Amino acid sequence: MQEYILAFLIVTGASFTLVGSLGLARLRDFYMRLHGPTKATTLGVGCLLIASAIYFSSKPDSFSMHEVLITLFLFITAPVSAHLLAKAALHLKLRSIAKLPEQS
Amino acid sequence: MFKRLLPHPVLTPILTIIWLLLTNSIATGQLLLGLMLGWAIPFFTIRFWPDEVTIYQPIKLLQFSLVVLFDILVANFIVARLILGNPDRLSPTFIIVPLDIKSDIAISLLANIISLTPGTVSSLLIEDRTQLVVHALDTDNADALIASIKTRYEAPLKEIFEHVG
Repeated sequence: MQEYILAFLIVTGASFTLVGSLGLARLRDFYMRLHGPTKATTLGVGCLLIASAIYFSSKPDSFSMHEVLITLFLFITAPVSAHLLAKAALHLKLRSIAKLPEQS
Repeated sequence: MFKRLLPHPVLTPILTIIWLLLTNSIATGQLLLGLMLGWAIPFFTIRFWPDEVTIYQPIKLLQFSLVVLFDILVANFIVARLILGNPDRLSPTFIIVPLDIKSDIAISLLANIISLTPGTVSSLLIEDRTQLVVHALDTDNADALIASIKTRYEAPLKEIFEHVG
């Protein structure tokens, strides 16, 4: 039973990560491409981490909580790096489908 | 005197918990080491954190985290659908969210949450900290989006981290 749950989580996680990467290839401009890696991947990695936590905690005499930390660090770093990339792109005035905001 | 010895009372337990998670154990020795680190790190890095962080409504913070987690889950499905659909039909826009919150922690949390939730990435904080530029992946009603960000995320953050009334 546990194997089915783990398999489901891993496959779901992998598909969301794949969709996130597909976003990089399919979307039209730099700012839109930022959306793929910041979102679709959070759930993807989240599923993989839950699977990992279940697998390692189910062994006798072991309990794994590292995954909670990875989630925390991911939630902190993913948006920050996206923000910095977007900010740099705005400074360089990269080609954008959306109208660029007025710089004051 | 007390404030100088323990500059960030909120940070200490958080760092201790992170240490226990890192070592993957709750032995007494690790707990003591964690408490020591939880005290020492804020003590020696006080210059990077001049402002004190106060949580006025801890229960509200918990509720708010659940709402955000749920929104992240939904965001993943929405963005996945947008990516797999026809990218030419998307209408991306930059929207400018006027900020009511002032404290560093609240603004950075808001920017983080915006990036993690449906179809929006925060991209620029205007220098005087009154406006946040946000890129939306697909929107036809910018005003409604701004209003929903303000009521759903900014208002609770203001209540939690800034003393109201």
